[in-house]
Amino acid sequence: MWKWLHPYAQPERAYNLAGSLFPWFAILATLLITIGTVWGLGFAPVDYQQGNSYRIIFLHVPAASMSMSAYMAMAVCAFIGLVWQIKLADMAAAAIAPIGAVLTAVALLTGAAWGKPMWGTWWVWDARLTSELVLLFLYLGVIALYASFEDKVMAAKAAGILAIVGVINLPIIKYSVDWWNTLHQPNAITVGKSNNMPPEMLIPLLCNIFGFAMMIGALSILRFRAEVLARNSMRPWVRALVAKENNA
Amino acid sequence: MNLTFQFASLAEFFDMGGYAFYVWLSYGSAVIAIGGLIIHSARKRKSVLAQIAQKQEREARLRQHRSQTQ
Repeated sequence: MWKWLHPYAQPERAYNLAGSLFPWFAILATLLITIGTVWGLGFAPVDYQQGNSYRIIFLHVPAASMSMSAYMAMAVCAFIGLVWQIKLADMAAAAIAPIGAVLTAVALLTGAAWGKPMWGTWWVWDARLTSELVLLFLYLGVIALYASFEDKVMAAKAAGILAIVGVINLPIIKYSVDWWNTLHQPNAITVGKSNNMPPEMLIPLLCNIFGFAMMIGALSILRFRAEVLARNSMRPWVRALVAKENNA
Repeated sequence: MNLTFQFASLAEFFDMGGYAFYVWLSYGSAVIAIGGLIIHSARKRKSVLAQIAQKQEREARLRQHRSQTQ
């Protein structure tokens, strides 16, 4: 397997492979998010307790769950980069960080806008909300560390260590609703369990969750390719690309 | 599966059962944040290529200057 995988660890191959995968991620993301959002906003039944305010769930849950998945993906990339010194993995981690930060911000914003009508407050310092806020700061820390070194090998090392240490926050976010008393409701859906949610609500929610996952994939590819170019600017293949782009 | 539009009119849809402000605040801020991210990510490759081109031009100018002074 390593013999087959190895060529993709070359920047040019990785750049081209990522480029050819991009349309699939982009098309799937657009399709799934459009279906999930239209269905969720207009066609999913009204919640008997929360009325129409619950329709925020179709944004809030995908953004929140994917902010954690993106963090895990970023930390795995950072780990591979640190242990096996694969620079492309460092670039992938750097590409994912800003995307995760935006998703975390969206989860916090939509959560606040949902908390105000349901709990009577925009924000409380309880376990779930605070740990999600810490996740935002971890993302911002990784971005800032990566940006603050001119030498990107050093930068990736510093940012990677923070990313890996920060993984401890993920189980805290996930289980905070079980471990501590909180205003936040428990997880609405769990993988591998029968769910109370009717399919008319569950399907659009799953559409948006997978749609957000595909969107992370598409955006990571865009940022990864730009990062590969920036860090290989002296290579002949990048020079050829620059020449081609400027003549076009 | 029930797949009918849940609101009697478009005005009712925008009113969201009285929760209009909170629902549209959520969706609006998400569209702005994610839209900004998409635009920034899509333009990043172009801006990197432009930066590299600029750097190469500067290097070429420096090289020319050096050969002239010698």
